[in-house]
This record gives sequence, structure tokens and C-alpha cells, in this order.
Amino acid sequence: MALTAHHKMQMYGALLLLPAAVLLAAFAYLPTITTVINSLFLPGFRGAPPEFVGLENYRFLFDDAKFWKVARNNLIYALGTIPTSIALALGMALFVNGKLPGRGLVRMAYFTPTILPMIAAANIWMFFYAPQIGLFNKLLGALGFSGVNWLGDPSVALGSVIVMSVWKEAGFFMIFYLAALQGIPPELKEASDLEGTSRWSFFWRVTFPLLMPTTLFVLINALINAVRVVDHLFILTKGGPNNATNLLLYYVYENAFSFFDRTTAATITVVILLVLAVVATLKFTILDRRTHYQ
Amino acid sequence: MRLRIPFATTALVAGLLSAAQASADTIDLTMYYPVSVGGALTDVIDNLVNEFESEHPEISVEAIYAGNYDDTRVRTMSAIESGDTPQLSVMFSIDLYELIEQDAIVAFDDLVETDEERDWLNSFYPGLMENGQLDGKTYGIPFQRSTIVLFWNKEAFEAAGLDPETPPENWQEMADMAATIREASNGEQWGVMVPSTGYPYWMFQAFAFQNGHRLMSEDGTEVYFDDPAAVEALEYWVSLATEHNAMPDGTIEWGTLRQNFIEQSTAMMWHTTGNLTAVRNEAGFDFGVAMLPMNTQRGSPTGGGNFYVFKDASEEEQRAAMTFIRWMTAPERAADWSIETGYMGVSPAAYETDALREYVESFPPAAVARDQLEHGTAELSTYQGGRIRRTLDNAVQAALTGQMEPEAALSQAQREADAILRRYAR
Amino acid sequence: MSSTTTHSSFRNSTSRSRRLSIPSLETVAAWLLAVIWIFPLLYAFWAAFHPSEFMVRFELFAPLTLDNFVNAWSQAPFGRYYLNTFALVTGVVLAQFVVCTLAAFAFARFPIPGKNLLFMLVLIQLFVFPEVLIVENYRIASELGLINTITGIGLPYVASAFGIFLLRQTFKTIPRELEDAARIEGCSWLEILWKVYVPLAKPTYLAYGLVSISHHWNNFLWPLVVTNSVSSRPLTVGLGVFSAPETGVNWATVSAATLLSIAPLLIAFLLFQRQFVQSFLRAGIR
Repeated sequence: MALTAHHKMQMYGALLLLPAAVLLAAFAYLPTITTVINSLFLPGFRGAPPEFVGLENYRFLFDDAKFWKVARNNLIYALGTIPTSIALALGMALFVNGKLPGRGLVRMAYFTPTILPMIAAANIWMFFYAPQIGLFNKLLGALGFSGVNWLGDPSVALGSVIVMSVWKEAGFFMIFYLAALQGIPPELKEASDLEGTSRWSFFWRVTFPLLMPTTLFVLINALINAVRVVDHLFILTKGGPNNATNLLLYYVYENAFSFFDRTTAATITVVILLVLAVVATLKFTILDRRTHYQ
Repeated sequence: MRLRIPFATTALVAGLLSAAQASADTIDLTMYYPVSVGGALTDVIDNLVNEFESEHPEISVEAIYAGNYDDTRVRTMSAIESGDTPQLSVMFSIDLYELIEQDAIVAFDDLVETDEERDWLNSFYPGLMENGQLDGKTYGIPFQRSTIVLFWNKEAFEAAGLDPETPPENWQEMADMAATIREASNGEQWGVMVPSTGYPYWMFQAFAFQNGHRLMSEDGTEVYFDDPAAVEALEYWVSLATEHNAMPDGTIEWGTLRQNFIEQSTAMMWHTTGNLTAVRNEAGFDFGVAMLPMNTQRGSPTGGGNFYVFKDASEEEQRAAMTFIRWMTAPERAADWSIETGYMGVSPAAYETDALREYVESFPPAAVARDQLEHGTAELSTYQGGRIRRTLDNAVQAALTGQMEPEAALSQAQREADAILRRYAR
Repeated sequence: MSSTTTHSSFRNSTSRSRRLSIPSLETVAAWLLAVIWIFPLLYAFWAAFHPSEFMVRFELFAPLTLDNFVNAWSQAPFGRYYLNTFALVTGVVLAQFVVCTLAAFAFARFPIPGKNLLFMLVLIQLFVFPEVLIVENYRIASELGLINTITGIGLPYVASAFGIFLLRQTFKTIPRELEDAARIEGCSWLEILWKVYVPLAKPTYLAYGLVSISHHWNNFLWPLVVTNSVSSRPLTVGLGVFSAPETGVNWATVSAATLLSIAPLLIAFLLFQRQFVQSFLRAGIR
């Protein structure tokens, strides 16, 4: 009897899982598999059936200077946004955690960009970046400097996109640091004050190490966002000029929907999936060793 | 099934607020259309559609604004792919090859039945038909069509000591005048801006054609980007910034350019004539519109959107689509549309209507695009058009931003384009 | 960072009153950063409420106007976009609650063979999210006839690994004794879930709900791909289409449209700041 009850429980549990399993299969596992398969085929030309070509699509992709440019952009984008927004987020959290007049307002100011859609944020920043008539160049002009073509000069454009992303992201990461700071026992601070430790060395010797798990957590999130969020490109640059601001996921979109080249899109998607796999491994091995699941 | 409930309810609410369902005996048409210039063009379209529906109660048209030309292609193709095919759409005139390749559209030659309809098919400016025809058949009917024109700020010309009534005739004059203005304004104002985002290939085509060069073959299977005449054209464009100091460095945003002109941060701009009415409404100064300057010849590619009818529509729906398209392109509507936007009246008859004749008399710039049509050339249109255009766009932007020399940029574009078109050579 | 050190050397001598009279460098820096951070939004307000000629001219007494909002509202069907976004967000969140609750309950309390492996499989979705797979998800949505439907926008997000994870964590903390008590009263499993687990997980639902609402209110790429027309387009996509630079943007109108689309969430955030921040926290830190 016990066995059947156990089986019953198993059945019941499986049923409870079913809706989620079906949906996950349909929109996560199945598409992942078909993406990989599609990247191994070339679509038939003028009605011919698709042709298995092995890794040729990858060879083709890796021979394409444009792909490397986009991949490099994405790397620069990640390197540009992640450390900056983490440092800023930490700074913000330290500010807001201290005895600051108008603390609530300051915290709100830091956090508000987080809840805007990327599209809306991009719209607003478009007004700043527009050459000649945009706000930044008007300000530069008023100070007697010549304007910068923020989004039209390939040496500056990616930087402009990065600045906007940092603005959007830093406040979000701040709240995690803030929570972590509030979790640090005040006795530590008191003890160090008694010893006469400077705030500077207290930060580096006590606070920062204690915040390490938070930093790792934020890092993982920032890595994912660097791959996943490309909404602003639709408004700001469309990946231009000459692909100077193109990022991988936007490149996928372009290939799939502007050029109707689903094969190249699938091939790039697999590359993105590999990058994400690395991030996931990072998370499950390093980060989760510190947090307990059970 | 559980999970469907919330969707079902919310979808129901959404459905309740959607447009009133047409009754059973009307024919429902869905049409996607793009807008790529300023002003409330969606309103204009909606009003035209409403007017049509009141005249033709048996046909109901749902006009869907889908974004710019690229967005509209993406949306329409996506609708077709998902089996939710619209019956007709306004799309980029140069989407022809892609639509043919997807076997999505029908030729109007196969839709016309009466002599009257055949006459209608022949009533448009031939220059506007070029992009809509392939192998002797017509697939696209001109609707929101344009050429590139030169807008100039007469007050800025005057301030720089130039004749405010004389726009530049040729490349040399444009560069000189623009440089003069830049100098006279003490660097406050640029001489000229040619947009290099959005549709850089289009602007480049104008330069190339003015230099006597056509960028692609008739059948859309070959391009000629690295021809010396094309290189020279790109060198001239680049020199406006580098040598003449008349145009800002880097790319110039298509979308904000009109604003630049309105704010007088440039004295001249090249832009689609589709912007004319918006500029007229917003400019606080006296401006003129001229044909683009020439080098060896005058020239501008045509541009803009055509009507297409889709294969998946039933015969009855295709007939209804024809009725709608004929109504929309009739001289009176073409005239209204031209007045509201600045786009061209698509047929000579449109310019003979009282409305447009009077408008042109009171506002001569409205006729420039039409007059320029005799110097027109088809817009860059090939198989794999999206990719080919992007290749050329990248070359133009690389040259304008100083990343590459014009010749190197165009040779690279040529190599890439050749590779893309390899499969299509006949 | 030098400001911090300078400040700290003063620290011992700083009395409370002095701190009030002269703001420390740290305070100045914090406020400066805050002003910079909020400035873009304030600027959008400025642009939206003034005639377009004041876009880059700041005059204290520039005339206020609502015309930009009127223009934006009349030039695009924002009413419909609101409705779509509202339907989408409600639908997704409710569906997520149901599906994730069931799955989380199963993971927390049922002896399913290979449970840990299955759970790891679920967690993969934290990284392989629907946006990355737009091409294939688009094809699948197309085959299911979901293109251009609100269901199509929402469905890929319904089985959320994140939601399952959060709820499972919460359910695991609920003492078995409560469950046993309910069972003695003759409750079925679903009744136990509904009467014991769900009420006790309310804070988790609130946190997850707020995060999910924000996410889907702001989501863009997938909705862009899967919608074709006004009938399903959510606010973000509508705004993107409306303000794409190719249309020769009138900035004042675009600012107004931008504010229109962020207003509900922004107001909700300003009113319930604490709940929002805590939800993001709760949802973020496991």
C-alpha cells in the first residue's frame, strides 16, 4: 500500500509539473535544439530542400569580419558597462547607507532609471546625443567647445551607448549592495572605530570582502544583461555607423528579420548560447557555492 | 488549460474595444503601411481610408501603421509567414525582389480586367514605375513616392552674402556656397547636411547618378559599387566635410536632420520631398527647394512606397484591393496626398487637378520633385536587397567617418555584394 | 575616492551641528550624482510640457503646454497600447502565478524521480531566456498561430524558472506540521496548496509579481518580433514604432509619448517605492 501511495505522489507531482514542463519544452529546450540543428543546414535555394553542411556555417561566420567586429563590440560593451556600473552601484549604496541629508530622495534618484523601459530611456538620451541640436553639444557649445557626433562617430558611438546603459543599470545593482551593507553587523564598525582604523582601510579590509558574494551576484546579472538587452540600439543607432555599435543579439535580429537569413541568425544564436553557458557555469560553480539552496 | 483563462479574459476585454466587427457581407482588407517622414501621416491615411469606406460600404480596410520601411517589410513578411496574410500593403518600392523571391505578390497585369483599368495602369509617371516592374510585368503601384531634393535656407544665404534666390547648380557650387556660409557664420552654422543614417545608400545613389553612374543591373543580380565614377562620387561626399569644411564629420542622422534644418544649424539639406509639408509648417524662415546639384548630369533616385497585392488573398479580396488602390491613386487623392505630405503626385493627371495646380502655383517648391523626375533613376533594388543595401550603407558610413578611404570601402562592399549575389547570377 | 579619505580624517572632530551647517564632500558628491541621475527624466518632463522651441532653451517662465501630449495621443493609438500592455501584464503575471506555483509545489513537496536534475534543467531557463531564441521561438509561435496575439507575447514567459525557484524556496520554509494539520482535516493536495502554502507565500508573490510586472511592462524585443499590428502591440513597441528616428521625430511629441508610456509604472513606483525596492531585492537575493 505504501508503495502505491508513493507512486500516487509521484504521479501527482509529475502532473503538477506538467504545465511548466510543456511550456519550458516549447519555448526553451525545443528552440535551443532546433537552433543548433538549423545552424548545421543551409536552406534550399529556389525551392530545393535544406542541405546538411556540417560546420560550414560556422566557418563562414568566423571568416566574416563583421561578425568579429560585432563580437568585439559586445566584449567592449560588457567591459565598459559592467565594472563601471558595479563601481557606481557600490558608491551609491555607500552614499545612501550613510547619514545623508535627503537620503530617500537621493536613493529614489539613483533607482528611478531602473524602472524605465530601455526604449524610453533611449528616446530621452537621443535628445542628449543628437549632434548640433542635442543637449550635450549645446552645453559644449556654450562652454566654447566644438560638438561631438556622439552617435555618428564610430570612435565615440559605442561609448555613448555604454554611458546610457550604465545610467540605466547602476541603480538596480545599488539596491543589492545596499541590502548587503545593511546586513553587515554594526559591531564591526564600532570595533574598527575603537582601533582607529581609517574609513578607507575599513572599506577595503572589511566591507568590500564582505560584499564579495553580492559583487559576484551583480556581476552575473550584468553579464547576462550585456548579452540580452539590445533594445536601445533600435532607437539610438540601429547598430551603426558601419556596425560600430552592433551587438550580438541585435545582429541576430537583423539577420533573421531584416535579411531573412535564419541560418546565420541560428549560427550566431548558438555562439550566444555558448557565452551564456559559460556565465551559467560561473554562476553555478562559484556563486552558488556560497549560497545554499536547500 | 488553466493558463489560458487569464489570457482569454484579457483578450476578451481587448477584443471588446477593438474596431467594430464588420458585418458578414463586407470584404475585409488589411493593409500595412510605413511612414518615414515627419508629420501626422497616420492621420492622413486614416482619413483617406474612412473616406473610402464611406464611398464603398461593401469594403472595409484596416490600415496598420508598421513603422519605417524596413519595419513594414519585416511585419508584412511575418504576417505572411504566420498565415495571417494581409491582402495588400504599401511597402518599399525596392522590396520587389524579396517579395517575388518569397512568391508573395501578384502582378497587376493579371489583376486588371477592363480597358479602363489598363489605362489606369498606364497613367503613372514611367519613372515611378521602374522599381515596381520586373520582366515586363508591373507588381508595384506608386503611392508615397519621392525624390531627393535640396532644401535651402534663403535667410542664411543672404546673411552669407549669397543670392538667396539661387541654389547651387553643381557640385562645385554647392561645396563653395556651403563653405562660404560656414565661414560667414563663424562656425555657428553648417553649409550643408546630407543624411547618412537611415538610407545612406539612397543618398549615395544620387551622388553616383549625378556622376553618370548607375549602381545596379536591370535584373537586380549585379551591382557596380567600385566603379571609378562611384568612387569619385563618394570622394566628393566625403570632401564636403574633410576638404570644404562645409558639413559636419561623422554620420548625419536621417531622423533629426529636419530638426537641424528648422533650427538653422544647417543652411542646406538633402532630404526626401516627403518632408516638404512638415518643413513648410515648422520653418520660421524663408526657404527654397531645388533639384539636387549636378556633376556630369542631374539626378536623383526615386524612393518611397508602392502598393502591392498579395497572392494569398482570394480573388474577391484582390478585386476589392484593386478598387481601393485605384481609389487611393486617383488624381484627386494623389493631389491631396501630395499637398498633405510633399510626396509626389504619382500621375500627370494629379498635377492637372485644380487643387494641386493651385497649390503648386502658390507654393512652387511642391513641383520640384516632379520636375526632377525626368532626371530620375530607379532606387537601388536587387535580390537580397536588405543585405546589399546594408553593405553599401556600411561602406558609405566607413568613408564618411574616416575609417576607410572611399575606394577601399567601395571595393570591399563590392566584394561582399558579389558574394551575396553569387547564387542569383543568371 | 579621495573625498572619502579627506572626509574620514575630519571625522573624529566632526560634531553633529557642524555636519548640518557645512555639507561634507561626501554629501555633495552623493547629491551631485543624484542630480545627474535624475536629470534625464526631469529633462523629458521639461521637453514634454513645453513647446518644441524650448527643447534646448531653458527659460524659467517658458509657457507650459499640454499640446505635446494631445499630439502624441492623437498620432498613435496609445489608448489601445495601454490596453494591450495591461492585458499582457495581467495575463502573464496571473498565468505565471498558476504555473510556477504548481511546479514549485511539486519541487518542494513531491518525491519526483530525478528531481534535482529536473530542477537544474528548469534553472537553465534563467540563462536561455526567450529573447535569445527569438528566431526559433518566433517560428514556434507562428506554428501555434500566436503571432500578433497578446498570448503570443506572454506565453514564452509563463513557465518562469525564476518564479519556480522563488516559490520553491518559500514553500520549503513552510513547516510540514501545517500541512499535516490540513490533511487531517481532509484537505486534498490542491486545497492544501491553496489554503496553507499560497497564503503563507504572499510576500513572495508580491515581490515576484512586482518584478514580473516591471519586466513585462518594459519588455521590447520579443513583443516587437511577435506583434504586427496595433491590435496586439504593447506600449514599448508602440513607442518604439512611434519615435523611430526615421520618422523625423518631433522631440517634444516624442517626449510626451515617452512619458505617457512610462507614467503608470513610474507613478506606481513613486507611490510604493519601498515595496518595489524590497521586491527587487527579495527576488534578486536568493
